[in-house]
Amino acid sequence: MSEMDIHKLTGAYAMDALDDLERARFEQHLAACDDCRAEVAELRETAALLSETVTVPPPASLRASVLAGISQVRPLAPEVSTSPTREADRPAARRRGWVPFLVAAALALIAGVGALVTQPWAPSDDVERLTAAEQVLQAPDAQEVHVDLGEAGRATVTRSKSQDRAVITTEDMVSAPSGKDYELWFIDGDDIVSAGLMPDDPDQTVVLDGPAGSAGAVGITVEPDGGSKQPTSDPIAVFDLTEAT
Amino acid sequence: MDHVRPVPDGAPERAPSGGDPARLADLLRRAALGDEAAFAAFYDATSARAYGLALRVVRNPAHAEEVTQEAYLDAWRSCTRYDSGRGSAAGWLLTIVHRKAVDRVRSVEAATTRDETWNRETAPTDHDQTAEAAHASLDAARVRGAVATLTDVQRQAVELTYFGGYTHTEVATLLDVPLGTAKTRIRDGLIRLRDLMGVAS
Repeated sequence: MSEMDIHKLTGAYAMDALDDLERARFEQHLAACDDCRAEVAELRETAALLSETVTVPPPASLRASVLAGISQVRPLAPEVSTSPTREADRPAARRRGWVPFLVAAALALIAGVGALVTQPWAPSDDVERLTAAEQVLQAPDAQEVHVDLGEAGRATVTRSKSQDRAVITTEDMVSAPSGKDYELWFIDGDDIVSAGLMPDDPDQTVVLDGPAGSAGAVGITVEPDGGSKQPTSDPIAVFDLTEAT
Repeated sequence: MDHVRPVPDGAPERAPSGGDPARLADLLRRAALGDEAAFAAFYDATSARAYGLALRVVRNPAHAEEVTQEAYLDAWRSCTRYDSGRGSAAGWLLTIVHRKAVDRVRSVEAATTRDETWNRETAPTDHDQTAEAAHASLDAARVRGAVATLTDVQRQAVELTYFGGYTHTEVATLLDVPLGTAKTRIRDGLIRLRDLMGVAS
């Protein structure tokens, strides 16, 4: 997509009509384009007016559920801006702050506890995770599958059967759309098992959670923040390990 | 660049009705300080549009309720981050509702694709003649009037996108036009509505 064309996506973006990758890419553009941001704000306001034509009072029970729900939820801390400079670089990741990071950290912690129970001798700190990635990448039986996501970036999955682990390496990967996370999956026939969330970082190497030895493929989907137990959308990339070299 | 447009002087600021925009913004500001009663008042002023929109997109009343509830919980959680300088409170809420409704229909479709045995549990409900007509308001008439001035392709593109929850690629296929045309019609249609309804940021 040319830079001129991308400005024309304001309307589709304002009405949530982009697919996940287009959306991620447009949000990257949006952070650096004042004109598009202003236009999106106006078009969202305009689109919202369309709802005037379809009003339907909700069942009374919904009000009670909403009010019961909010009483148990603390509003987020406000965004405290110490620097007024625009976030041109990696906008979505910064704008979302460190919530996705915390989620990833929490998952890592859970994985760590699991490891402690089943393999009390296995250390589970960050150094070990890095080492684990290197062990897979350098394994003699390492198989690689590369997927080019076009303007959204590139990713490679490396799996070692002897290590029973897989690693994903990304290059120039756009951040997941706001409010979303990339989630990794092991796919074995009809069996789809989460392999953890992928932190928002354009260039990274992540060890997938869980045994990878028997997986037929690895997939990436875009999921609501925090991930899902089963994929809720079609994958943006599938790495077919049966064709791995 | 052709997408830059001068903002006309003195254009009235329009926001989805159901309350005066300043009042809604004030209710959200109070909600951000933990005032649940203010949020309840915000709900009362906006819920018919929020639920109506969710229902129109997801069709199934039970799903629409879930979507609406999730959207209000999100709104409560993030009302501390609402900035009245960036748009109306109702527009902000309805953006959340729409996003959630679209996510719901698309994830249902993804699930359907994965699981052939999954059955769509509902037929589309026909709410066009009943509830909508009953709640037609002056604002609704004004919006309808503006929509009526769009070309057929613009109107279809906007409605399939906003109410149908389709992506622009799907809209292009449905209307049998090239993707570039669908993209342009969606944007042109919205821009025309924006100008007719005097929406200014």
